[in-house]
Amino acid sequence: MTTIALLLITGLGLGALYFLIAAGLSLIWGLMRVLNFAHGAFFTVAAYAGWSAGRLAGGASPDLQWLIAVVVAVVVGGVFATLTEVVLIRPLYARHVGQVLVTVGLALATISLVQGGFGSDPQRLALPAWMTNTTTVLGANIPNTRMLVIVVALIVFALLLFFLQRTRFGLIVRAGVENRAMVQALGIDVQRAFTLVFAIGGMAAGLAGMLAGTYYGSIDPGRGSAMLIFAFIVVIIGGLGSVTGSAVAAVVVGELQQFLNFYGAAGVGDFSVVLLLAIVLLIRPGGFSGAST
Amino acid sequence: MTPRVRMIGLAVLLLVLIALPFIKLTIPGLFGGSLDAPGTLNLLGLCFVFGALALTYDLVFGYVGLLSFGHALYFATGVYVTALALTRWHWSLPAALALTAVVSLVLPLVLGAVCLRMRDIPFAMVTLAFAQAGSILVMQNPFGLTGGEEGVALGGDTLPSFLVGVANTRNVYWVALVLLLVVYAIAWRAVNSPPGRVWQAIRENERRVGVLGLNPYLYKLGAFVLSAFLASATGVVYLLLQGGANPEVTTSGFTLALLVMVVLGGIGTLWGAVLGGIVYEYLDFRLVALANTPSVQSLPGVLKVPLTQPLFLLGVLFIVLVLFVPGGLGGLLRRRSAG
Repeated sequence: MTTIALLLITGLGLGALYFLIAAGLSLIWGLMRVLNFAHGAFFTVAAYAGWSAGRLAGGASPDLQWLIAVVVAVVVGGVFATLTEVVLIRPLYARHVGQVLVTVGLALATISLVQGGFGSDPQRLALPAWMTNTTTVLGANIPNTRMLVIVVALIVFALLLFFLQRTRFGLIVRAGVENRAMVQALGIDVQRAFTLVFAIGGMAAGLAGMLAGTYYGSIDPGRGSAMLIFAFIVVIIGGLGSVTGSAVAAVVVGELQQFLNFYGAAGVGDFSVVLLLAIVLLIRPGGFSGAST
Repeated sequence: MTPRVRMIGLAVLLLVLIALPFIKLTIPGLFGGSLDAPGTLNLLGLCFVFGALALTYDLVFGYVGLLSFGHALYFATGVYVTALALTRWHWSLPAALALTAVVSLVLPLVLGAVCLRMRDIPFAMVTLAFAQAGSILVMQNPFGLTGGEEGVALGGDTLPSFLVGVANTRNVYWVALVLLLVVYAIAWRAVNSPPGRVWQAIRENERRVGVLGLNPYLYKLGAFVLSAFLASATGVVYLLLQGGANPEVTTSGFTLALLVMVVLGGIGTLWGAVLGGIVYEYLDFRLVALANTPSVQSLPGVLKVPLTQPLFLLGVLFIVLVLFVPGGLGGLLRRRSAG
């Protein structure tokens, strides 16, 4: 029971990280049909920016340092993503493959630059004491960072739903995912919504970068790309363009990976996630919540 | 250029490439040693392998319009299956090659059948996921077979002696040259055959091909398997040149490098893809050498860090090409010769 509780909550934490990356990817794809390979770069650059900011604020209390790191990561992720959309994606409007290729180039260039600047070894993250402690749930000692990641992801999920369901821009985004041509025909500037989903996606990815650092205790240049691939899987299983679908799929993928990596040999969990993807695609090519394509 | 002049030029180039291991000439700046030095021949051999590999990728991406992010998997199949059969099971080279041939037909057939249920970007994501599964498998080192991050080193006694050792680099160089020519010939034959024309029709308008009474799925699967099989063949020669298998070739980053090669050379032209593969591999290798020169090492950090990262320079070059030169190097050359 103890092990199961530990695995459940750790898996949920992993799913929370996947969700933060996948939500932006899913919205970007749903609205713009862009497969954004640069999402891993947003994640990595934001994490390193946050880490550097936290170190610059060395005199402050650990809590404040961590908070500064998170805020900087979110801002940097958002700004980087917005610039990417405006400078690189927009000129290639209507050239979908070109857009994908540009994000690929950006991901390669940025991540190797980070690697060159900070080295490829993991950088340890100074965390406040209360985060490194554990809380006992059902007899299992759960690291507090897991809880923190889950709570933050839940808040982001709620905010995203509120944005999509209750605000005017959210309405435009949802309508655009449904039928972009129709929204344009009604005289609404979809371009602004493009920039907006990129900014939101980048902020979520930046937050994920810093939270993944908190979750694992360190940051390294390769993690963004590694997590991006599972986020892609989450996006497809959840149905492209659906935030709720992504949330459900992220939890399923995180738990599956965690349990099978523990009870099977190492790597079995990762492998099974890919297998799950193949099965889902064979049964429902559009994912859980998507229409079949 | 008239076709005849071009033919003569190509024939001369081919003769020079065949005779290269006997030319004791040093071209300063272009290569680290003289033309017949093993280091130069090895680099050129790798360039040919990547030229051929980029060509196989261009078959599916440039001619059928399938944006696969899993091509590394099939290249790695050629590298790893051959390496395992030779070193772990001590098979002879022909037996190992036969096994590799079977695996590199069956694997893309099965995976392609699943992946091709999707189109466009979802297809890209699914191929990426399968390639990632392959990468995880190799990294986890099941039963101590793949060696994890260490990879598999070919011992000296696993191969016929004419392929082993620094002195025999020229033999492997010729193997790589033959590989490039054979892959080019097969690809040229394929895209100019009736199925090849259907591939290009699918790229332009898949639904219309379906309406005309052809089954696009089967044609796409055929192209996918052919391309993957040829990619495995290039993987085998890569193994010979490198003297071992390294897990880097299984990663998604490797597929992205392939994508860069094809776009660099020009999508949808055979020789453009070959050129892109050769130029990429050459730059990747020479930029590392450049990064270690004293003049670059003495630069201040702001300049030194970007210049010592080949992937950064290639990534930026790639973005510039996609934004401003959609036809790639091949397109540039063609425009020049036309105008």
